[in-house]
Amino acid sequence: MKPLSHVVIGSLLILAWPSAHAADGQKIFNQGGQNPAAMACLGCHGPDGKGIAAAGFPRLAGLPAGYLSKQLQDFRSGSRKQAVMEPLAKALDDAEIEAISAYLAKLPADPAPDTRRQQIATNPVARLALYGDWSRKIPGCVQCHGPGGSGVGEHFPPLAGQPAGYLVAQLNAWRDGSRSNDPNQLMVDVAKAMTDAEVKAVADYFAQPASQEAKP
Amino acid sequence: MKTLMPSLLLLAMGAAQATPIAMEDQSQLKVPGVQAAPQFVPPAESAIPDNAFGKMVREGHALFVDTRRLMPEAVGNGLNCSNCHLDQGRLFHSAPLWGAYPMYPAYRKKNDKVNTFAERIQGCFSFSMNGKPPAADSPQMTALSVYAYWLSTQAPTGVEIAGRGYPEVPKPKDGYDFKRGEQVYDEQCAICHGGNGEGQKVAGDYVMPPLWGKDSYNWGAGMHRINTAASFIKYNMPLGKPGSLSDQQAWDVAAWINRHERPQDPRLVEGSIEKTRLKFHANDGVNLYGQKVDGVLIGQGIGG
Repeated sequence: MKPLSHVVIGSLLILAWPSAHAADGQKIFNQGGQNPAAMACLGCHGPDGKGIAAAGFPRLAGLPAGYLSKQLQDFRSGSRKQAVMEPLAKALDDAEIEAISAYLAKLPADPAPDTRRQQIATNPVARLALYGDWSRKIPGCVQCHGPGGSGVGEHFPPLAGQPAGYLVAQLNAWRDGSRSNDPNQLMVDVAKAMTDAEVKAVADYFAQPASQEAKP
Repeated sequence: MKTLMPSLLLLAMGAAQATPIAMEDQSQLKVPGVQAAPQFVPPAESAIPDNAFGKMVREGHALFVDTRRLMPEAVGNGLNCSNCHLDQGRLFHSAPLWGAYPMYPAYRKKNDKVNTFAERIQGCFSFSMNGKPPAADSPQMTALSVYAYWLSTQAPTGVEIAGRGYPEVPKPKDGYDFKRGEQVYDEQCAICHGGNGEGQKVAGDYVMPPLWGKDSYNWGAGMHRINTAASFIKYNMPLGKPGSLSDQQAWDVAAWINRHERPQDPRLVEGSIEKTRLKFHANDGVNLYGQKVDGVLIGQGIGG
């Protein structure tokens, strides 16, 4: 039996190796995918994957793999429209999408601020972020996106550490319909209920942890 | 313990109104369907006075929204007050504190005594939080009561204000269906509450509350009634989309949620589910405790 099992394991390794090698997340991140149109991620998302705030290029490091792969699939399908990312995602095959998503999810990210909902927020921005405005059916951002915008599970991505420009762009994308890939349309109504000033302010709130007033 | 348990039992049995065996209800009186638009507006946070009273309001608010972390000795599961009382206890049709506080103290037929608001909150801790209620004169109970009192500023006492409780959702004429409920759950609830009702945590703390299992409300909580859960769900869920489910969907998904095991009813009579059913559940709205579903006895309890 021993020789046989060795043979089996050996052939499994041989079978598994080429496909694992073909979609190497780290390589895609640093050098791009097999199709030259799939450019390296780090060019826009930074060598550490934490994004480039000044340009509004989002943080990818530490985002959930399931969320990232869904976004790439959605860029392909058009339910999330973005001129740069659409052709790029279309140049990645499914295995590459899985590999790069898994790689990015493991990249280290700065922890979200340890903000709790305990302190009554009198500042209207903090109030919106922590508690929402139920007269307009807006839940508090952190009720789905977690304390300090940490992100929750695969469907509610982190807001902490995202450039303000990116957060504003996403909220506006839901408002104008260019982004419609939110599960159960959970974001679109929230975004539409917000004012321009609130979009800007709440984006700044999560982009700049120092501005968060409520502390444990 | 010996002295504590009987008093818990008395508290627990206290809310009977419509029926002699009804247990602790979320409300002192039956809440009808929506009849009048809510008018009452609780005071703004900016109106909290900067004095000893205001400080207590803030403390009560903190306990209300972060109960499990701040009162681990009193909360035996993964829930906060604000999970069932949305918008920090302010939201109409979400059992707002301003709809409850002015209804107490209230006489309760079953224990034949007048119950204070603090005693009503103790019921929440015993059942909805599956824990050990703090003493009525404890600093925490005072803080929670002060917060509720403050939210009720200028509300009339002893008057059923529009927007209180969870409005009744009439039972569909063909009842409810677990299969349909499971489908609603998978499509609209699981994204937050998990495929097995387990909720979701960040860094060890629940962000989205568990709906069944060891960290959810126990078999004695008002929410274990399918009718009560249907009312809560219809008017509050999915978060940010109140009223989006039909009455039928609300009942179906409430039945699906409440057919799952959760911590035992702390009033368990002589270790017998059947005796507990007869005493506390037989006339308590629509519930599955002590009944068989697909050949499995419901109400066996789970965890702790």
